[in-house]
Parts: sequence; C-alpha cells; structure tokens
Amino acid sequence: MTQLTMAKAINEGLRRAMADDDKVLVMGEDIGRLGGVFRITDGLLDEFGAQRIVDTPLAEAGIMGTAVGLAFRGYRPVVEIQFDGFVYPAFDQIVCQVAKLHYRTRGNVKMPITVRIPWAGGVGAAEHHSESPEAYFVHTSGLRVVAVSNPQDAYIMLRQAIASDDPVVFFEPKRLYHSKGEVDLGADLADAPPMGLARIAREGSDVTLLTYGAQVATAMDAATAAEDEGISIEVIDLRSISPVDYRTVTASVRKTGRVVVTHEAAREAGVGAELIASITEKCFNYLEAAPVRVTGHDIPYPPAKLEKHHLPDLDRILDGVDRVLDRPNSLSGLVES
Amino acid sequence: MTTMHTLTPQTDSATDIDDVARLVNEDGERVADPELERWVADVDATALQGLYRDMTLVRRIDTEGIALQRQGQLGLWAPCQGQEGVQVGTARAFRPDDFAFPSYREIGVQHVRGAKPADFVIAWRGEEHSTYNPYDINTATPQIIIGAQSLHAVGYAMGIQRDGTDQVAAAYFGDGASSQGDVNEAMVFASSFRAPVVFVCTNNQWAISEPVTVQAKFPIAGRAPGFGIPSMRIDGNDVLASLAAMRWALDHARSGKGPAFIEAVTYRMGPHTTSDDPTRYRRKEEVERWRRRDPIARVEALLRSQNAFGDDFQQQVAADADALGAAVRAAALGAVSREPIGIFDHVFEEPHSGLAEQREHFAAYLSGFAPTEAGAGAGARR
Repeated sequence: MTQLTMAKAINEGLRRAMADDDKVLVMGEDIGRLGGVFRITDGLLDEFGAQRIVDTPLAEAGIMGTAVGLAFRGYRPVVEIQFDGFVYPAFDQIVCQVAKLHYRTRGNVKMPITVRIPWAGGVGAAEHHSESPEAYFVHTSGLRVVAVSNPQDAYIMLRQAIASDDPVVFFEPKRLYHSKGEVDLGADLADAPPMGLARIAREGSDVTLLTYGAQVATAMDAATAAEDEGISIEVIDLRSISPVDYRTVTASVRKTGRVVVTHEAAREAGVGAELIASITEKCFNYLEAAPVRVTGHDIPYPPAKLEKHHLPDLDRILDGVDRVLDRPNSLSGLVES
Repeated sequence: MTTMHTLTPQTDSATDIDDVARLVNEDGERVADPELERWVADVDATALQGLYRDMTLVRRIDTEGIALQRQGQLGLWAPCQGQEGVQVGTARAFRPDDFAFPSYREIGVQHVRGAKPADFVIAWRGEEHSTYNPYDINTATPQIIIGAQSLHAVGYAMGIQRDGTDQVAAAYFGDGASSQGDVNEAMVFASSFRAPVVFVCTNNQWAISEPVTVQAKFPIAGRAPGFGIPSMRIDGNDVLASLAAMRWALDHARSGKGPAFIEAVTYRMGPHTTSDDPTRYRRKEEVERWRRRDPIARVEALLRSQNAFGDDFQQQVAADADALGAAVRAAALGAVSREPIGIFDHVFEEPHSGLAEQREHFAAYLSGFAPTEAGAGAGARR
C-alpha cells in the first residue's frame, strides 16, 4: 500500500492501463506537455509519446467525436474534459453517439470510451468550473456513470472503466484531487470489487445516508457529529450512480427505515430524486419516515464566494437527519405544500 | 500544393453551379478537364457501363423505397434521386478496406459498398436502427444527427495513422451540415493531425426547406483551404467527375498528405424525406432545370455516342434493377419484428443491474399474455 493523492492515483491508473493495453490512448486539451490543468496526465507524454497522449484542438465535440471514430477502429480512448461545465459542447456526441452506437449496431460496434470529468465545486473556481452534470448522463441509456471518493477507488475504478467494453462517464471530485489515501498499486482488477458495487463507508443503525464523490467525506463528518448526539448513521458511498447497487442500498434502508440522500447537484430530477423513488418502490413498507434530499439548490452554480451556501455541508445534512428522525429541524413549523 | 479547383472569391454565390469541374456535360458529351482527366484515364466504355448500371440500380432502390413508404410499408424514406452520380462515382473510388461514414441519404454509397436489399429498408421500416454489420462492408451505420459522422471519420482516420496502414476514411454530409460545429471541428482535427480522411460534401441545394444560401454565401469548397485542406468543387451529377475527384482525394490522403475535401454540386430531385412537401419551398422550373442535368441520362447519352448502349445492355440493366427492386420489396414485406424482450438487447456490452431488473420485470409482464403465432407476449392478457 502506498500513500497517494487522488490526482496521483488517477495518474497511476492511466499509466497502468496504457501499459497493459496499447489500444488505450488519452485525449484532451493540455494533457501533453502541461500534464493537464490538474497535472493528472503528468509524465505520460514522455512515457507513451504523442500518438497515445493526444493534445487536441480546443473543441469538446471534436474530442468526443474523434474518440468515437477511434473506438470504431478498435481503440480505447480515455477523454479528459477539462472542467465539468465544458462537457456540454460534447453532450450530443456523448448521448447520441457514444451511448447509442452499441445498441444501434446490435453490438457490432463497441464504444469502450472513458470520459474523465474533473467535477463539482468547493474549490473557489470561476463560473462553469464547479458544475455537477451527472444526472444528464445517468438519464442516458447506454452509459455507465461512476463517481469516486478516495484514491484507492480512483485508481482501481479508472482501470475498470478503461477495461470495460461499455462507455463510462468517470467523475473525479476536484476538491479531493489533493487528498491522500492508501492505494494498492499492485491490486489485481480481477480481485477488486466491481465498479457497480456500492461501499458501506460507515455502518450505522438509525439512518441511511446515501451519497457519492466528494460529498462522502462531508457525510462521514456528519455521521461522526451525529454520533455525539446518539444518532447512528450508516453512510453508503454509491461509487456507481448508473447502475446503482440497490442490493446494498435496500439492505441498509430495511435495517434503518430512514433515508437521507445528499449530493452537490441541484435537486430537481437529480440523482437523489431517482434514488428516493426507487427506494420508495422497493422498501415502502420498511420506511419509518419520508426520505429527505439534502442537495444543491435549484440555481445556477453561484459565485465562488457564495458557493458554501449552495453546497450541502455537515449542518445541512444533520438538519436532514433531524427531519427523517422527526426531531426539531429547519422545517419545523413550516407547512409544506 | 496539390490539385485544386480554382475558386474565385468574386463569385458571389454558393449556388453558382457552373463554377465546377466536370468531365461529362449535361448533353452527355465528354469534356476535358486537365485536373480530373488523369484520374479516369483507365475508364473505358465497359467501366462506364458499370457506373451506369450502379446508378440505375440505386435509382430503382430509391423508387421502391418511396413506393413502399407511400404504401405504408415504411415509416419514412429519404430519397436520393438526382444524387446517384456523386454517390456511385465517389464510392466506386474506394478500396474495399477504406471506411465510409455516410449520412442517411447515401443509398448509392451503401449499395456500392455491398449492402443487401434488406439493409435499405429495415431501418426505415422501424425494425432496427441499423442492419448491416459496419465491419462487413466497412461502412458505418447511416448517421441521422447532421454532421456527427464527420468527426467519427476523422477519429477513425487517426486510428489508421496509429495502425500504420494506408487506408482512408471518408465522411459524407450535406450542404446543411456544413453549418454544424461538428463538421468544422472535424476539419480542424483532420488538418491538425493530417488525418487520412476525405470529406464529401453533397451540396444538393436544399437542407429540408432551407436553400444553400442560408448555409453559405460562398462555395462551400472554399472553406476547406481555410482549414489547410485542399478542396475541389465538382459537378456532382457527373459520375465520371465524381469518380475522378474521389480518386484524387483518396490518393492525396492515402499518400500521407492529409485530408481532402470535395464539394459535389448536385440536386435532390425529391423531398428531403417522404414527410415534407418540396412544392411549398421551391419552384417547379428549378426542378425541371435540374431534371435536364440528370446524372443517369447523361451517361446514357455518352454511352450511346460510343455505341456502347445497345438493347441487350439496356434490357439487362433494367432486368437487374427490377430484380433488385423486387428483392428490396420482399425484404420489407417479409420483415419479422424481433421478440418484444429483444428491445433490451445490446444497450450494454456487459451486464447492467438496473437494466437487468427492468428486463426481468418486463419479461414477467409479457409472460402474462397468452402466446400467439407471432411470439410470446403478443397476445391478449390472461
């Protein structure tokens, strides 16, 4: 085991995937000599050359569309989208082409493309640099969507994503790039938990708290704080948000009877909405209280100096926990429509 | 610099159909073009007969497709009448291992590449999104999103570069697509990476109801040099010029000189699809003017002038066309819909637990219906 930052873990994941399979190539803006704006591809150009570390023109649809052509030819492109808010110009190629070509051709054409997206807020960035677009991709059939929360998962799940014959949208929380953790660089893909499995980050018995990405750390802090008040929270790191590992989720909900979902993305039609709808279908008779969402507001991502009011923090999560436990909370006394 | 048809910026309109390179004029007379000439020096009367036959068969497929749609057998059809010349001419220039990325209207390209009768109709009938395996005929699934395939062709060509082979990829798109970001980004990528790709812009004058003047005030071929890509503007109703230009473009790309661009000036004689009514947006006189430029008629005239259009040949081609038309019809009428549960197939390559559960639930729902001859799940609910 080695202590690595998430950024370095992803760098090592790319290195290993490229060493294992010469059909893997990495494409994106500034990923060559600069090593990417987050230095995720640092050193890879020297090691693998410009044929496999492809500095592209500044055109997201172009990057994604040419990745489709490379996949047609048998390559396994790993595309770096420079920032979350820059994925929208590539949206058509992702949802109409990457996601559907396998279905359209009845499996004859594979799209083993990994779309890496430095993702979400909390780093004081400029407009369009802190967005959480995951629900758009979760809503698109044909894509797998994962979000990592620690260096070990970042390392192993990236390799799994690249090895997958399906397209994977791979969300990397920017605010965790410099957080460190243990990484087993010798981990065998065959022995690792599948990419689609959720992880119980902390066991508990009173409330199930579901989340993913950088929000896992906030949820863990909330669970620790709640413990001081005698509340036992089970934190589940979904890891994969399409598909969701409902086996793990429903087992927890049936145990606790109470659910809080937290994510940075806006609430309306977000991943939390889908989670709660599915949980309600699957576990209605086990629920002791109406599930609660603690999310970003339904606003455009606010300016950096105000983002702390948008991001669900420890206190907002605990407020949500109070709601499912019917303890005094911010909505007490309000008549909800 | 390589061969390049001279463009005159003073020419004020993209609709100037005379500022093109051609080898056969509207009357079927062979004309000289020093740039194109050498690329078809080997094309004798027999080869020309082959091009005539291809175009006639393509028109027959098209005619059958329209008829089948009008008879309610197909949901939609995108006619290609008038565009047989550019489609057949350019596609006949390919090597079998080159890879084409067509739009939904390239019936002639699909035909030349080896598509079977069912391949032309099953998707429009709504049975499949695509029929042939792209790798069987080195031709991608026809693309419906305008211009998206241009980037796929460039990416495929980047793969060719990395594999170190001398294949070429080609993208077909229309004048309307030239306004799309994807097409322009494709040219940037192709030029920057010197990708072995050929762009074939079929300027058929109309993007549904929008005339080409809405897309361009200057000939579309004039854009490519701005990306560093040599281009040629040809008479798309001249199959020989189309063959010659494509041979030039493929040779350019194959020999490591990077991408090439062809604007084929032609005309869509029918509607955009069977859903629209072109009499609402274009004048009859315009259509009639283009009818006189028919790509098949002019090759017939040329063959006649060479005493190479005898009754036997004509009858044989007509019989072949009828047989193909009948086969296309039979494929449409004989189509058998997949089992309902089959709609879940091939969404993913690997198992997806969420979809697997939906499939299981739908299968259970279907099992509640009495089986019929058409298959499980198609009968009345028990």
